[in-house]
Parts: sequence; C-alpha cells; structure tokens
Amino acid sequence: MTIRTQVIPDSGVKTAVPALEPLLVEIHEEGRAGRHVRGGEEADALIPAAFARKAPLGLPELSEPQVVRHFTHLAQLNYAVDTGMYPLGSCTMKYNPKINDRVASLFADLHPKQPQSTVQGALTLLAELEGMLAKLTGMDAVTLQPAAGAQAEFTAILMFKAYHQKRGEGAKRHRVIVPDTAHGTNPASAAMCGFQVTTVKSDPHGNIDLASLKAALGDDVVGLMLTNPNTLGLFEERLREVCDAVHAVGGLVYGDGANMNALLGVARPGDLGFDCIHINVHKTFSTPHGAGGPGAGPLCVKEPLRAFLPKPWIVRDEQGRYHLDTARDDQPPAGLGDSIGRVRTFLGNFGVLVRAYTYMRTLGEEGLAEASNDAILAANYLLAQLREHYDVAFDRACMHEFVLSASRQKKQGVSALDVAKALIDEGFHPPTVYFPLVVPEALMIEPTETEPRETLDAFAAAMIRIAERAKTDPASVKASPVHAPLARLDEVTAARNPKLKWQRPT
Amino acid sequence: MNKNPYSSHTDADRAAMLERVGIKSVDDLLTAIPKDALRPKLGLPVGMSELEIQAHLESLAAKNRTAGAGPFFLGGPVQRRYIPAAVPVLALRGEFLTAYTPYQPEVSQGTLQSIFEYQSLISELLAMDVANSSMYEGGSAVAEAAFMAVRITGRRKVVIAGEVYFEFRRTVRTYAKGPDLEIVEVPTRDLVAAADGAACLIVQHPDAFGGLVDVRAIADAAHAAGALCIEVTEPHANALLEPPGALGADIAVGEGQPLGIPMSFGGPYLGILACRAALVRQMPGRIVGETHDARGMRGFVNTLQTREQHIRREKATSNICTNEAIAAITAAVYLALMGPEGLRAAARLGVAKAHALAHRLGALPGCSVSTDGDFFDRFALRVPRLAPGREGSGYAMRNALLVDNVLVEGTSMHYGDRDDLIIQCTEMTTEAEMDALVAAIESIAASLRETVSAR
Repeated sequence: MTIRTQVIPDSGVKTAVPALEPLLVEIHEEGRAGRHVRGGEEADALIPAAFARKAPLGLPELSEPQVVRHFTHLAQLNYAVDTGMYPLGSCTMKYNPKINDRVASLFADLHPKQPQSTVQGALTLLAELEGMLAKLTGMDAVTLQPAAGAQAEFTAILMFKAYHQKRGEGAKRHRVIVPDTAHGTNPASAAMCGFQVTTVKSDPHGNIDLASLKAALGDDVVGLMLTNPNTLGLFEERLREVCDAVHAVGGLVYGDGANMNALLGVARPGDLGFDCIHINVHKTFSTPHGAGGPGAGPLCVKEPLRAFLPKPWIVRDEQGRYHLDTARDDQPPAGLGDSIGRVRTFLGNFGVLVRAYTYMRTLGEEGLAEASNDAILAANYLLAQLREHYDVAFDRACMHEFVLSASRQKKQGVSALDVAKALIDEGFHPPTVYFPLVVPEALMIEPTETEPRETLDAFAAAMIRIAERAKTDPASVKASPVHAPLARLDEVTAARNPKLKWQRPT
Repeated sequence: MNKNPYSSHTDADRAAMLERVGIKSVDDLLTAIPKDALRPKLGLPVGMSELEIQAHLESLAAKNRTAGAGPFFLGGPVQRRYIPAAVPVLALRGEFLTAYTPYQPEVSQGTLQSIFEYQSLISELLAMDVANSSMYEGGSAVAEAAFMAVRITGRRKVVIAGEVYFEFRRTVRTYAKGPDLEIVEVPTRDLVAAADGAACLIVQHPDAFGGLVDVRAIADAAHAAGALCIEVTEPHANALLEPPGALGADIAVGEGQPLGIPMSFGGPYLGILACRAALVRQMPGRIVGETHDARGMRGFVNTLQTREQHIRREKATSNICTNEAIAAITAAVYLALMGPEGLRAAARLGVAKAHALAHRLGALPGCSVSTDGDFFDRFALRVPRLAPGREGSGYAMRNALLVDNVLVEGTSMHYGDRDDLIIQCTEMTTEAEMDALVAAIESIAASLRETVSAR
C-alpha cells in the first residue's frame, strides 16, 4: 500500500530551488490583481501624509484561478483524517462530522459585541453546552472561554492562585506538581503563573508513584496537574488516594482532560477526586483539528472554584433570558468579584463550540458512552495484535490509547522515528513518537472509535511488516518514506539558519 | 444498531474484537476504576438524527439577529468584511481542516507551506522581520507580547494605553496575574512620560476610537528608556497607513479576524504576532521555516522548537500548543486573492464611508465627532444626553438605536467615564445603513428636544 497523493502537474513556473509547488511570490505578476473589492480612491486624500504608508506593500498579485490551483495543490500534499487513519496518540483524531461544519455557519454573521437581546440563540446554545459538560464531567460550573487545552490549564492555575490567595495562603504556596508522564503544556502553564514545578516519577505499573508524590507534598503546594487516563493510556490505579493526599495538604487537583475520550459515560472526573478538568473539544467532541487549531478548552470546576471563573459569565434570568455578567472600567477590581477576569477578548471559540454542541446532541448520552466503549475496545484490539511484535511499556489493559516501545527494533538499527516514517509509506499517519518521555523509543497509538475494523487490521499488519523489515532489511526502513510527497526533511538546517519568510525574487 | 452514528462497527465486529482481546465485555478492562464511580447516569439528552439536529440548530439560529439583518456599525477588533467566495472553499478543504499540527512534515507540506506563506504575507503587510504561525486571538496575543517584553528586558512594568481596546486591556490584566506583573494604564498622550523602568509601552494605532497615533514618538521614547514598543494594529489599516515595522515597533500584534474569517460571535479568530529578527527566540508559538528534503527538494518544517513546551516544558517561552492554524491559512488565502489593490480598496472604502458618515452625524444638533485628531475607519460620536446618570448619553443612545434595529457600540464605561458611540465602517457598510443611522439619531435627538421643551 502506498500513500495516494495526486501527481501535481508542472506549473511551468521556475522556482528558486526544486520544489513541489511554487510560492505565491514566485507566480506573482504585476497587474494580475483580482476584482473582489474596488473603489474608495477618495480615501487617500483623507489620510494625512504623515500617517500614509510609504513602505512598499509587497503582497503578490495573482489571479483567482492561480490562487485556487495553488491552495488546492497544497491541500493535496496533506494527510488528514478525511484521507486516512491518523492514530496520533493523545490527539484523538476521530472522524469530524460534516453536519457540524454546516450548522456552525448558521452563526457566522454574529458580532461578539451585539446587544444580548439580539443573540439569545447563541447564548442559549452556550448555556446548554455548559450544562451538558458539567453533567458529563460531574462538575458544578463551566467556562467556555479557553481557546485550547493549554489555555484552560493556564486559566485553572490562575484560579488556583486566586483561591489560595483568598484563603490567605497565597504567599506560601508556590509549587505545582506534575508527573513525569505529563504533557509539556502542564509545566509550561504552571511556570506562566510564576510557580515552581516539581516532577514526580511513575511507578512500575505506569501510575504516578504514590510514595514519591507524598514525599513531594507539603503546605507550599498549589496543586497537582494530572492526566487520567494518563499519557500511557492507563487509568491511575490509586487515583483517589492520590487526590486525597493532595487535598490533605490543602492543594487542589487539576485534571488534564486530553484523554477524556476514554471516559464518556464510563466515569466522571468529578466523582474521582478532581477539583476541575478541561475538555479538548477538538479531541473528544469531534471538532476538526484545523491543521493545528482552533480547538476549544472548556474548563469544568467544582463549586469551591466557581467564584474564580473568568468573567463574563452567562447568567439566566427568571424569564429564561440570558445575560452576560461583565465588569467595566469603572469597577476595577470590585466588578470582577473573585473572578480572575477574562482570558480572551470575547466569550470563546464559538464556531468550535457549536460543533461540539452539535456532536453531543447528535450522539446523546448513549451514543457518547458507546463512543468511549468502542475507543477502548479498538485500542485493546490493536494492542493485542501488536504486543508480541513490539515492546509494551506497561503491559496491562489500556484505555483508549497505548504506548509501544521500539527498543527491540532500536537494537536492530531502527528507531521509533524510522517506524513512523515507514508507516507513511504504508499509507498511514504515524502515531505520536518519543512521548511520553518516560518510555524509550515511544510510539503512542490512539485509533479512536471511528476507524472500521478492516482499517485497524490493515494498520496492525503494516506495523507487523515494519517490525519484520527491521529484522531483515533495516536499511529499507531507515530510507523511508519513499512514497510521500517529500523525503525526510533537514530540520537541523532549518533551525540553524532560519528562513522564516520568502525572499522576494529580484 | 449503533448509538453512535459515526461508528463503523457492526455487532459482529465488536464480538470479534472482544474475542481477540480475550474478554467478554469492555467492562473487563475497567477494573482500575472505582466500582461506585463506574458507568454513572449522566442525565444528558437522547441523540438526534442529522435532520433533527439541523432543524434544532436552525431554530436556535433564528433567535439571533444577524449582522446583515439591519443597519450595523459594530466593529473594533472584529469587523464585518467581505469574504471572497474562494476563501472558505480553499481554506476549509478537508485536507487542511481535518489534519492536525504538522508533526510529520513529509505528509504535511500543504499546511506547512500555507503557514510559511501566511508568515511571509503578514511580515510584508506589517513590514516586520518575522511573524509566528498564529496566536489564539487578539487580546491574548497582546498579553503574550507583553510577556515577551518582560522576558527580554527583565523588567516587570507593563505600560498600556487606555485607548487600547477595553477587552484587550482586561485580558492583559488577567494574564499579568500569573507572573504578578505591574500594569500601568495611561492615556496614549501620557505613554512617553511613563516609559521609565517599563518593559514595554503598548500603543494601539488606529486606537479604539479610530484615532491615528504618532507611534514613532512612542517607540523612540520606549527605546530611549530601554523598553520595547508593542503596537496593536489592524490588518486593513496597514494597506494605507505606515506599518509597525516602519514606525519603530519591536513587536506588532493584533486581531486577524478581518482577513477572511467570519465574526462567529467571538471566535475562532487569529492572533497576529510579529517581531524584529533579534527577538525571534523569545517568540511564543509555532514558527515554520524553509529547508530541503533528503533529495534536495524545497520543504517546510516547524522550527526553532527549542522555545516550545513539548521540548522545554517549564522553561518554554509559552504554553501554547494547539493554535489557530486554519485561521492563518484562511488569512493567507484571503490576502492572496485580494492582493495589494483589493486590500487597499477594502480599507479605502471603510475610510471614505466613515468620514462621510462622521461629516453628516457631526452636523446633527448636539452631536460631535469626539475622536482626538484624525481618524481611520471608525470614530467616536458624542451625542446629546438622553437620560440622567453616567451612561445617559452614548450608552442610552445605543439602547435607543437598538429599538430601531440599528446596532452601534456605546462605550459603556469601558474607556474611563467616556460615554460616546463608536461607529465602525467597512466596505460592507451601505448608503442605506448610513441613511438609517443618521435618520435614527436625528429622530431620537429631536424627540428628546420635544420632551425637554414640553417641560
């Protein structure tokens, strides 16, 4: 099986160096500008000379047919969920339903500063989404502002800071604990809040090591940031003891919800000891990942943290109308109360949240539970097929993803990266590699519930073929990919001699 | 039958998979979960068919008044702009939309080259050395720019002009609570005097009232005091106004939504962040760079990653991971289609309409344009007092106009005690809308005069 990329016809354009597709600036010709908008010349006399642009405006001039072919060709160079299985661990690359995109466009022509009486439909949707997320996670209150999981982490740690300050313990609490399996965003978010990070190791079963955690705890601890199931795809076996230990020293437990796709209708983080959890709706609730974003990272919290949530809040009056509870310039800081304030300009990534709402209402309670069930089953089904061909980091039942190690292949001269590149030639997007950091030569595989069984079987067969080739012909694995649009790229040169924008041809 | 309509599994598939795993049910895999917490009843609604969900969302959408449904003058960082038909057709193709961060460059050149082109186009537009691949949106981009200045200067005082958008200033204040930065808000005219000991001076041009600002003087003062100058800018303004890079700004930030992205009630948007070359290693976010593959073909990769959280963890320049890539690709497609002339035309039309409208409104009894000095494509209007109290003029007028289905911003105590209207024009603003606004303000003011004279 080879990756199917359309052959792009030679455009006839001479590029500066051999290239798949010219840059816009290489197909520019003066006078080719389109006619999408025209007029307004009288404006030039209205702008004082001191302010008028004198710097050249070096945007390329192109015809619409050129632009359409250019970006269509570029799109064809991408691998995507719409083109094939994308088992990127911790990213939940499930199918993105098209109805979600269509209904989002019903709300495209709404300005965020519109009077509340003119956006009751949008506010109703947001309020209902908050309610559904609270029920799903077993939490009491929700903010929809964060644009992504990392911004939700930052929001929550700011709230933890405010919570401790309110209790008069702000000065002494300055450490955030993260396990060694944590996403890099966790320590980075804690550091943005001015806190020190203490890393705790994992135990031989792939859990956070309880003894080490207890040794690290003290009354200077802000809280613990914990992903569950963790990034090894394993449910923390002593989760309640972990949460109790943190609470015993007055700390709070943050749930990183990147792996929530394992828990829909299976268990609620609010019942397990977490004080809050974020949801990556671009993972769990099927909103498209957008080549890197946007996502949305709603943050769901327990009652004691409610007062610290970012404002404005969406509040419902007795007549069933929705209002925004906001603060103004004449009310600093009293108008905010205990709220940390807004973490973005407006209410949230609304277009993404509409898609998540639509997904949740489409599946309903039973459909969501089935999705998690199937995701767990698919991961264990793949693990069962691959277990004897690769080392398994921690060999117990996984949740919705699992981590293999290419350590055995490494001894044959084939690294996790080589396995990943060989998968490209087999027609699959590679899994996440070299993460979590605690597993050498890690391959983190998350099939999701939407891949047909035939595709799972084909992926397993490809992985097994690569393991065989590592034994018999490691050089061929190391030479991959050969069927992708490009061979391996020179990342060292890119970093050493950064070329971060085009040079206009002279 | 499947309860999840997007599942491909039949019951036979599931039975075969369970058998391969060697279990009877998925619950056999869930022994680590406390029994009392397993499989809770959630109380969520039952599922819907695609036809039913479409109708349900249409019924929610019907409760909104869309921008195009009547006279509309809201704006600021988010603007109603013309979006060429080809923009969503290209940018929302499944190959872009359903991919993720280009971790595997060999099969992600579409994303990577598009973002490289976005960085190039934004650098041209702002006359800056380098742009990153996107921030979440305008307000948090301003905050991250301030963090960047704090890292570079080692100082902790952030000075921000009061004529920067209220929502941006508030976002900066929230972010500043993380590292406990000192935030000083002063009017733009007092920025220069506040430069001493500052990490940065943050100025917006055109400002929240559309006012044109002498950014060069502020940048000079910042540099003389060892501080950075951060300019909050707007994409279309740069087609006609001297860009940040030519005015001495060290970092340029702004909301990129006007570049072909729908208003969509608050997001998703595009945070623009660009800087001088010397500062690039302190930049937050992802950056795409040019390189070549093993066969010598040009290619693109995420680069300078040693700034980022997945490598540096708590020492990273930012925690940002998922960004707004599809919005950056959208902006690249928009700029490619519009070209320099299209962008200039869109900007000029907003300017021309705003000035024509200001001329008419400023001539109404009791009304005057209240932007200080020259303005761009929006302006502040002082209106007669309609009610007692601190919001009796602009905000009361905004409410009275709403009754007439005319949408205009009232400053609503977001800019000190200023109580005016803010009126934004773009290429989408029609003569009919302008006539309606003038007539409505005239009639509201006239009825007020009648009430007063009747007393």
